[in-house]
Amino acid sequence: MAVRQVAVVGAGPAGLAAAEAALSAGATVTVIESAEQPGGQYHRMLPRAYQATHPQRLQHHWRAFERRRRALLHPDCTWWPECTVWALEQAEPGMPPRVHVLDGSVDGTGRPRRVLEPDALVLATGVHDRVLPFPGWELPGVFTAGAAQALAKGERVVVGDRVVIAGTGPFLLPVAASLTEAGAGVLAVLEANRPATVLRGWASRPWELAAQVGKAAELAEYVVGQVRHKVPYAMGQAVIEARGDGRVEEVVIARVDPDWSVIAGSERTLAVDALCVSHGFSPQLELPMAAGCALTAAGFVEVDEDQRCSAPGVYAAGEITGIAGAPAAVAEGTVAGWFAAGGAPAAVSAARRRAAAGRAFARRLARAHPIGTAWPDWLREQTVVCRCEETTYAALCRAAGAPTREDPRAVRLATRAGLGPCQARICGQTVTEITARAREQADAPRAEPHRRPIAQPIRLGELAAPAAQAGPSDRPNMKESES
Amino acid sequence: MSPHLVPVEHDSVGRNDRPLQITVDGEPVPGIVGQSLAGVLLADGRLSWRRGPSGAPRGVFCGIGACFDCLITVNGVRDVRACRRRAADGDVVETQRRDEER
Repeated sequence: MAVRQVAVVGAGPAGLAAAEAALSAGATVTVIESAEQPGGQYHRMLPRAYQATHPQRLQHHWRAFERRRRALLHPDCTWWPECTVWALEQAEPGMPPRVHVLDGSVDGTGRPRRVLEPDALVLATGVHDRVLPFPGWELPGVFTAGAAQALAKGERVVVGDRVVIAGTGPFLLPVAASLTEAGAGVLAVLEANRPATVLRGWASRPWELAAQVGKAAELAEYVVGQVRHKVPYAMGQAVIEARGDGRVEEVVIARVDPDWSVIAGSERTLAVDALCVSHGFSPQLELPMAAGCALTAAGFVEVDEDQRCSAPGVYAAGEITGIAGAPAAVAEGTVAGWFAAGGAPAAVSAARRRAAAGRAFARRLARAHPIGTAWPDWLREQTVVCRCEETTYAALCRAAGAPTREDPRAVRLATRAGLGPCQARICGQTVTEITARAREQADAPRAEPHRRPIAQPIRLGELAAPAAQAGPSDRPNMKESES
Repeated sequence: MSPHLVPVEHDSVGRNDRPLQITVDGEPVPGIVGQSLAGVLLADGRLSWRRGPSGAPRGVFCGIGACFDCLITVNGVRDVRACRRRAADGDVVETQRRDEER
């Protein structure tokens, strides 16, 4: 059999594991990553130019990561950092899509285009924070928790000195740890769900947790870290408003019921210079959608136990299939890379079991940290819902209530919600939920993910220039950093 | 207080900072090699540099290239995500506003 060519998009924990497994199964591999360095968000690395002598001090599972990223130096691996997949194009039936790549700085100009025609495609593009709207969330100084973490870990920039971290999920804790390590004052970490909700989610089916001991230990370390730095951690509390003149100056904190409705009279204000928020995660679905992959009811990429998507020759791994943390992403990546390379099933049965355990862990996390259904009660008429177009809550409710607006596209066109520069990446699901609620539908449907045939911005001049048909050796392999 | 860089003498990762300089709307702003343009702007104490359709100030929100709040013009090229673009010495940065576009 001819050597199989595998393209991997994303060099975080899942993508690197996929590359490693595909190489060990005998494939040639091209790893495409938009950042300068591998690691993704979990192993977000310092810029090489910082010449850090102790970069591992900001990392977990550093040794395993160092070993895994050596896959990029393998003679059969081509490493394409600072490259953007801007489109996937269905070529032949039964085959994975063609991969259209722009080579060069993000949002640059005159970047050469390259096209790959792999035998199999592994998508490991990860997630970004989902943040629910609330009055003042568009003020400068309000960040996603992921932004604060990326700036502290990846650049050593601290977002403020008096910081509140709010939302839901275990991810709030590592963000607090990163900010504290970088010298920020973390005034409070606020988990909106109550202990009963979180415990019910965590305590059911305890045998499933055994496979995730590593993740549990990491979380315990964060909890100990919080105690050491005396960061108050409160449950059943939410930031329901940010206030300030041109920037965030104070937040309104309230106690909330299990459905996140505000307990009247519990509101208090706290002076801050930064607010970091995360209410969960949204998968980056542009490429899976372009490849024609089916999604789960929860809006993630559907995979079978071999990490195969519904589209032929396409595999998905890591958080785009569900939020389960880095160890599960590695297991999924291993399975995806191995089968993408045509490996025999027996050799990865252990990783397959770990991936299945990871999926169970993802379901548990989702149950323990749900989004309360009453969050729209936090909004006021003039609260911005779509950040790009500044569509207000009142405008959306009006549009949703109009009898001719059964079609969600009609609501978008009437209000411009989701039509700005971010193309509904931030507000898509939120607008769907608000619209359903305004129509008094009991269950908000999943947002129909916006199809973005152009997955990442490309300049017209770049589009007009001819593309190179890229073999894996077309571009000199960039030297992977040894730091 | 404002966003800032962890002071190099207190940074446990052991950095070796090498300076660079960009201009923002004509004004010189110092940075260090390796920072993103958003990192340079934040470390200079700036929380916002773009204006939304109503003229409201915007800066970094998602930090990983999803929200497009931090767009700037770099060396004459519009709509560059500041959080994802590495700063180069001598970059000429201009801030953008959407309220004048329409």
